[in-house]
Amino acid sequence: MQKKQAENNGTKSCKANNGELLSGKGADNTGMKKWRGHLRDFFHYRDLLRLLVKRDIKLKYRRSVLGYLWSVLDPLLSMIVMAVVFSAMFRENIENYPLYLFCGQLLFNFFRASTSMAIHSITSNGAIIKKAYVPKYIFTFSRLISTLIDLLFTMLALLLIMLATGAEFSPYNLLFPFVLLQLFLFSLGFGLFLAQANVFFRDIQYIYNALMMAWMYLTPIFYPLEALPRGVAVAVARWNPMYYYVRQFRDIFYTGIWPETDMIAAGCAAALVMLIFGSAAFIRTQSRFILYI
Amino acid sequence: MEENIIIDVSHVTVRFNLANQKVDNLKEYVIRMLKRELMFQEFLAVRDVSFRVLRGEAWGIIGANGSGKSTLLKAISGILQPCRGSIQVNGQIAPMIELGAGFDEELTARENIYLNGCVLGHTEKYMKEHFDEIVEFAELKDFLDSPVKNYSSGMKARLGFAVATAVHPDILVVDEILSVGDYAFRRKCDRRMDEMLSGGTTLLYVSHAIEEVQRLCSHALWLQKGEIRMAGTAAEVCKEYLAEQERGS
Repeated sequence: MQKKQAENNGTKSCKANNGELLSGKGADNTGMKKWRGHLRDFFHYRDLLRLLVKRDIKLKYRRSVLGYLWSVLDPLLSMIVMAVVFSAMFRENIENYPLYLFCGQLLFNFFRASTSMAIHSITSNGAIIKKAYVPKYIFTFSRLISTLIDLLFTMLALLLIMLATGAEFSPYNLLFPFVLLQLFLFSLGFGLFLAQANVFFRDIQYIYNALMMAWMYLTPIFYPLEALPRGVAVAVARWNPMYYYVRQFRDIFYTGIWPETDMIAAGCAAALVMLIFGSAAFIRTQSRFILYI
Repeated sequence: MEENIIIDVSHVTVRFNLANQKVDNLKEYVIRMLKRELMFQEFLAVRDVSFRVLRGEAWGIIGANGSGKSTLLKAISGILQPCRGSIQVNGQIAPMIELGAGFDEELTARENIYLNGCVLGHTEKYMKEHFDEIVEFAELKDFLDSPVKNYSSGMKARLGFAVATAVHPDILVVDEILSVGDYAFRRKCDRRMDEMLSGGTTLLYVSHAIEEVQRLCSHALWLQKGEIRMAGTAAEVCKEYLAEQERGS
């Protein structure tokens, strides 16, 4: 995973051998060396990654009294509001609606929060990028990590809801890191794509907002999949990656079963495809970032 | 001899596309595409520059505004990529380009020292060891825990200089930064640079102050419109440069 989104031109000593030089060399040999260079680079800058994550988390809660508690309270409060609003509509066919709702909300909120953090990760760190050589994906990666840490706090809220609603615990609950990993990689890929696109087109934000809105309504978060017209429901179940993750997550926590194999396969495939797509876009354009920030 | 070459710049060309850089949003891009106005207006900031720096040498880079000095430094520091040619650097670089930038305004000086050190490629542990030294040099002990946004530009520059130089890099890249800060601090910076130079640090120094270049540097590179006009010992190049300035004015 770390290798995947490593930089195009790795270590300091070979950093500027681009263009004509690279094309002339044997691809296999330099390819291997390049990957090793990326790994070393990543390892070399691990402290920077940690500090950036720390900074994100610290700045988020610096001036709030309740601090980290907000990571638990905020999703809990919005869940309660949504549960009150929507439970009248779906009460008949969904038991334990708060838990059903929260499972979907938790995952989609992570997706939205992490990508909206990622979208500005390059542009807002322009001052650093202009000043010294740093592997640029680190800025995007750190935003994803800090949102993930936030999510882990929010898992406490999930626990509270399960206790409060008397939901049954099952050993399958422990599979959650596996689902979160898929979602993380998917969001990372999308985040890398957005971060690089935002460097060149600052108005990508507005398209992103509209896209997120549509995406949220097309994901069965507060309604059951069956509530959609049949054609749409089939399309969503087949083509919306967020559904793969929400579904797996609900299988684990809400139904308490081993997730469906189809959903696991589709979820992993979507994560991998998005990650490759996002890193490829990022690697292709990153040397031109400096000219636009 | 070979292993003594610390920076090897060969046939480096850096290109900018002036036309496209004004377009920074999708709306504009689409409009221009429809109007067929997306042209390519090439500008070569640095053209076919080659030079070699040996370990321990101090090079001054001089030339008029817009002659490509800063661009060349950025390419050597790995911030910009040349479109042609190669740059080989055998050592750790501490770039001092836009000192005082690159701090996170919301974070305190203490946090920024660590962040900045890591940006320069050091580990947190290494920065911890040099922390006191940095604070002492920057003379900011009393303001360590206030956010950098409350700092004056002079204070930021002091902090930037202290972080960049406290860590004994192999190569120090300095881009006209010492004009900020008061007289006493400038003297202190000069002393620190002299110290580092005699300690074997390689220096790349961009400045308009020819006396400074003559005083600090052993060699000099004169750039004109992105090309090398002259390279050699500092004394010779500076003499020629000053003579040309005289003729021009």
